[in-house]
Amino acid sequence: MANSEDEMIHIFVEEATELLETSELALLKLDGKLDEENVEEQERCIAELFRGFHTIKGSAGLFDITPIVDFTHVVESVLSRVRSQDVVLTSELLALFLESRDYLALLVNHVKSDDDETDTEKEEGRILLERLAVYLETSEVATKEESVEEVPEKTQSDNQIENKFWHISLRFTKSVLQCGMDPYSFIKYLNKLGELVNVQLVDDAVPPIENFVEPETCYLGFEISLDANTSKQEIESVFEFVEDEYYVKVLPPQSSITEYIDMISSLPESQMRIGEILVNSGALTEKELEYAIREQSRQIDEATCNASAEKPAVIGDVLVKEKMVDSAVVEAAAKKQERDKQKTTINKSSVRVNACKLEQLINLVGELVIGGANAELRSRKVGDADLIETMENMSRLVEEMRDTTLGLRMVPIGDTFSRFRRVVHEASKHLDKQIELKISGEETELDKTLVEKIADPLVHLLRNAVDHGIETTDIRVANGKDPKGTVFLDAFHDSGHIVIRVEDDGAGLDKEKIMQKAVSNGLVSEGEYLTDSETYRLIFEPGFSTASEVTNLSGRGVGMDVVKKNIESLRGVVEVKSEKGKGATFDIRLPLTLAIIDGFQVSVGSSQYIIPLNVVEECIELEETEELNNHNSHYINLRGSILPYVRLRDFFKLGGEPQSRENIVVVNYGGRRAGLVVDDLHGEHQTVIKPLGVIFQNLRSISGATILGNGDVALIADVQNLMKALVTSARDKDVPQFQSTTGNRDSISIN
Amino acid sequence: MNTQTKAVSESQEVGAAYSQFLTFRLMGEVYGIDISAIKEITEYGGVTYVPTMPPFIAGVMNLRGSVVPVINLAIRFGGEPSTVTKKTSVVVLEITHEGTSMEVGVMVDRVNEVLDIADDDVEPPPAFGAKIRTDFISGMGKINGKLLVLIDVSRVLSVEELSVVNECCDGSLDQPLN
Repeated sequence: MANSEDEMIHIFVEEATELLETSELALLKLDGKLDEENVEEQERCIAELFRGFHTIKGSAGLFDITPIVDFTHVVESVLSRVRSQDVVLTSELLALFLESRDYLALLVNHVKSDDDETDTEKEEGRILLERLAVYLETSEVATKEESVEEVPEKTQSDNQIENKFWHISLRFTKSVLQCGMDPYSFIKYLNKLGELVNVQLVDDAVPPIENFVEPETCYLGFEISLDANTSKQEIESVFEFVEDEYYVKVLPPQSSITEYIDMISSLPESQMRIGEILVNSGALTEKELEYAIREQSRQIDEATCNASAEKPAVIGDVLVKEKMVDSAVVEAAAKKQERDKQKTTINKSSVRVNACKLEQLINLVGELVIGGANAELRSRKVGDADLIETMENMSRLVEEMRDTTLGLRMVPIGDTFSRFRRVVHEASKHLDKQIELKISGEETELDKTLVEKIADPLVHLLRNAVDHGIETTDIRVANGKDPKGTVFLDAFHDSGHIVIRVEDDGAGLDKEKIMQKAVSNGLVSEGEYLTDSETYRLIFEPGFSTASEVTNLSGRGVGMDVVKKNIESLRGVVEVKSEKGKGATFDIRLPLTLAIIDGFQVSVGSSQYIIPLNVVEECIELEETEELNNHNSHYINLRGSILPYVRLRDFFKLGGEPQSRENIVVVNYGGRRAGLVVDDLHGEHQTVIKPLGVIFQNLRSISGATILGNGDVALIADVQNLMKALVTSARDKDVPQFQSTTGNRDSISIN
Repeated sequence: MNTQTKAVSESQEVGAAYSQFLTFRLMGEVYGIDISAIKEITEYGGVTYVPTMPPFIAGVMNLRGSVVPVINLAIRFGGEPSTVTKKTSVVVLEITHEGTSMEVGVMVDRVNEVLDIADDDVEPPPAFGAKIRTDFISGMGKINGKLLVLIDVSRVLSVEELSVVNECCDGSLDQPLN
């Protein structure tokens, strides 16, 4: 059991983390809508918050995680006061909720790492509680009122039972133990809501001992009397954590006898037996029971006599027909249903899969792609038309399968983006600037590992935009700009890459300031001329910051070089565009996935190389005459524009004589064109990237290897790094600079 | 002692006093490698040259779907590359670098046999006079009065030394791009 308990705790942590995330979103959404008229939307957010905190409290209670239960309870109480409009939701209160959420996240983290909070953290929690308590001063009264209200409502219904306790009928499904839940823990938790007056064990379902073969099957049920000042919802939520693993019926104190009848008939045990138990537990008196049974038979006769009472249902049917009597309960049930519905939609839309399994699947598909290519190659050698056709069909399927499998790892970037609302929100508040974060392209999908790794660099860029980019309100007004600054966050696909754009309408990069700083840092010598793009690139140098004041958020000059390094490690680049006074744009360009790419296969001598297809623009024949005309210079005239090129044979020092007819593969990376001269072109190839390992870690111009259909290994050219090397050699040889194909604004590629 | 069969040595609890070594021939000499590091032996072929790597890196090969670097051991030992014959083999070794294990193949002229050598019969490497770098030698095994050079795999296949790159524009790749 220990293991499954660990597992349950793990699930709890995951669930709590998710709930905390949604709560955060709801809080931030609320923040933007405080002064708006849209009450409905506000209410929805508050309800969502309440739900989130409530569920966390419930599940934490199951595991006896007292700090979380205690803390959440207070937050929840304040929230319920907000909901009932006893407390006005101010931005201060919202901020307090946000802090509470953070504290709760901290507590959850402690559960995850299985340690206790430190004293300072405890102190922090205490202070938060104190601040929350301010909003609660009269709250205790309120809760009491609430429950008092509920009771009189029921006194109006007829045939009231004298019992003043809650009655809970609880039946677990047989698999509850296998799911790692201990029924006892629920009862224990119920005891926290109030006092357990009587617990009757219903063991009728236990098979005779000789048939008792499955010790992991749960046959037990309970009839519980609970003395508690609570709500039906609250009791039901105790069992929420094991949805589908139980059947529970909660009867409020002094319910009408018809409700008891309903309950009795819905339970799997015989009615007499249940009656007996109920009498034993003190829920019903003998007289009431007799009356109930009489009443039931009467109801069978005149099935429709009482509108509020349900027809006595056949056992098992009741769950379907179940309908509560008083309106408060109906509402609660409806809410619960809604919650369940939400849960099922979540369940429908996603399945949790172990990342290792997914990894394995992707590896297998990779092998399948290689195997498929091999089979197709052989089929062509055999020359059987039917076989070739079959193989082609199969290749198509394999290709689809590859795309789908890789798609499994793709997640929309939206979740990551919405996290940044908080970053911008806090930063702007901290700096006292009015800033709005506009997000688009949330649905753009990219590899999960990439999503995880790109979050940190993005936070840096956003903080920079907020801190250095956007000016203070006064300056903005003085410059005739909208006092409210805007930061755009966007993601979109661009020729096999994903581009994540962070744009602000702030002051832009100040070239003079950057130059001054660079000179004083010794990065650039006095009087040296740098192009705009070279200047912008300086901000990615380690320890470079032009901020005259160091703020809490940024300006220490760490960050930008880390940003650059992180992005490089993902085989990506950062591009900076800026216009002084109008803003700056940072484009992060990343490959879609790290596992399989479409490649273009070329060969030089006996060596095979793969060039990522998404950077290949076209292929042309290198004409000897052209080369001679240019006196052996390494550029040609490509339809009027100058195209510098390099022979891979020379660059890789492969030796051997070039064949008489060579080809140029025109590649375009990050807006720059270059030609790679190779011997032969072999066409497209589905390239499963195989890492080369640490021995080749310093090899920059090759990014990996792949296995061709014939079993040979081909190397994948790292065009990004190749281009870099080419540019340098081009500069050394004093030939024209690589032309930029991107337009208007100054642009550079950092990498 | 060295004539003991494998079965006998196994029954005597391998590792208590014996180690097994694969012997192979390279540049006319016989060397031994502790078999615990050996994953498999395969014939040489289908090796793809990797540019700008040191000359002792023969390239990479496809080992049932994974790409494995192949070391030309003759060059690594400071000799001339041997001509590839039918007997040329690749011994695939498993090495550990910073906690992760990886496979590396080494080219040898021919593979001989597996020998049991008692731990007592392994002498420390000579301070000088060996044909290869002394730090490549883990010890000298005595067999029938002859000495067998036992290879120190971790030194011969040291990732730090293998991963030195000689790219055409030295250092240029670290310079910024314009």
